[in-house]
Amino acid sequence: MSGLALDLLLQAIPVGFVMFVVLNFGGLLTWVERKQSAIMQDRIGANRASISILGLRIRILGLLHPLADALKMLTKEDFTPAHADRLMFKLAPFVSVFFGLAAFASIPFGDTLRIMGREIQLQAVTLNVGILYVLAMISMGIYGLMMAGWASANNYALLGGQRAAALMISAEIAIGASIMGVVMVYGSLNMQDIARGQGQPLLPQYFGAWIPAWGVLTQPLAFVLFLTAGIASTKRIPFDTPEGESEIIGYFVEYSGMKFGMFAMADFLETVVIAGMTTALFLGGWQVPYLQPTGFVFPWGATLDLPHLAVVALQVGAFLTKVAVMIWFLMLIRWTLPRFRYDQAMRLGWLALFPLSVLNILITAVVLLTVGKA
Amino acid sequence: MTSYQTTNTPADPRHSSRLSLRQRFYVVEVLAGLALTAVHFFGNMWRHTLRVVFRVKSARGAVTIQYPDERRPYSPRLRSLHRLVRREDGSPRCVACMMCETVCPAHCIYIVAAEHPNPEIEKVPQRFDIDLGKCVFCGYCVEACPEDAIRMDTGILEFSAYDRRSMIYTKETLLALEPAGPHGVPTSPVPMPPLRRPS
Repeated sequence: MSGLALDLLLQAIPVGFVMFVVLNFGGLLTWVERKQSAIMQDRIGANRASISILGLRIRILGLLHPLADALKMLTKEDFTPAHADRLMFKLAPFVSVFFGLAAFASIPFGDTLRIMGREIQLQAVTLNVGILYVLAMISMGIYGLMMAGWASANNYALLGGQRAAALMISAEIAIGASIMGVVMVYGSLNMQDIARGQGQPLLPQYFGAWIPAWGVLTQPLAFVLFLTAGIASTKRIPFDTPEGESEIIGYFVEYSGMKFGMFAMADFLETVVIAGMTTALFLGGWQVPYLQPTGFVFPWGATLDLPHLAVVALQVGAFLTKVAVMIWFLMLIRWTLPRFRYDQAMRLGWLALFPLSVLNILITAVVLLTVGKA
Repeated sequence: MTSYQTTNTPADPRHSSRLSLRQRFYVVEVLAGLALTAVHFFGNMWRHTLRVVFRVKSARGAVTIQYPDERRPYSPRLRSLHRLVRREDGSPRCVACMMCETVCPAHCIYIVAAEHPNPEIEKVPQRFDIDLGKCVFCGYCVEACPEDAIRMDTGILEFSAYDRRSMIYTKETLLALEPAGPHGVPTSPVPMPPLRRPS
């Protein structure tokens, strides 16, 4: 096999992994949403979908419901309104899903993998400006919503699209401003560098090597602000004024069948992206506490050497676990809080999140100048 | 100003100026709410685990009763589908006295009397129809019966049909029903009217 083909094949590993993980997480989230909300509310949750194999009814905890959903969505009538802009109308759900998927590309899910004499960065795309790329992709997602609202030839959908645009803009600015603190602390826009920086000890002159410098410890205010703004950008409860599935008429009012399902899918993908971003920027990314590239180095002096592949597997597993926990937390918020009124969401974005993010940048700058780099 | 807007005036206790600083700060209240739902989540997960993994039957992680598969226990006083009590020879205990037909507020009972071959028994119903589409389940027929010949203790609640005629239950159907077992579990099959499918 020639060197180029091997390079391509090896580079396909992280890309394929990201596609596999994000799409599967997105699909599974329909099941997680049903089951977790049910367990929080003392219910059982959807469990009736079954497959009969040799007279055995197989239900596996309702895990077949996503399949049944997809089947239902695909076989429903695919309606296009008479005066809709047909191209835009059909393009909108694809745009929404595409940017949700693409946003995950520069989020690292592991350190460098050395295999067959080559070094692979465990992220789909190695970018020096990875954070800007993710921000850009999240922001581009709004075009899908506005296209959907505009192309539907329905005033309610148009207004829903505008609500979505207003909410997204107020959330994006807070996201960008709150991330700046993280960028200042770790001194890089490359998400892999930020993840590596979070493996360094926090204030070693005081704590020794005991506490890793995870973003949530160095930037607690930014963590809360980013999480709030991130939830707002997923357009889910409590920030679901753009869509409001059952009460408010949203931008996808004219959509049916799998196109409607793709908008729901885009929301789930954005949830995964926000969970991945939070993990990469604030929860140490793929870092396992005290795990160095050669194995565990504990602060009390003990060491445990591990082979390279085991270290990488631990890192990827830690990243996936953290993402899963974050998704669980986002679901908990979604099923606990009531919806913000539109003006409340706007006020929160512009009068609370944005000024606090700027304040966080100021505080971070002052602390960095006085205490020194973490 | 219309009335629905007045909820956010200073006179209203829910107005934001009446909220304490802690409530207006929002984060603390959100965390309290998340703690409440998280406690429910982990408590229920723990009970589900006990039930599924450690086979503790008393641990229930949900209040759901999965109805067609499991029924909630019914009270013995529940008034369910009627049945006609049989004599030892299988003939109805009913003597066609028309008391139930008379007392019925919904006029849903229709009886045609006939002579009984046994001279000690006055009469026997030739027809005994109950229109369950009209019945209001008041139980007056059971109370009025001097012979204890009609009861509402089958535990069957699932009688439905696609037309009104199929809701009329005849003497033969009602005679074949058995009383419910413990906790009101029906012991006889649900009588299926012939026209159970949509025409």
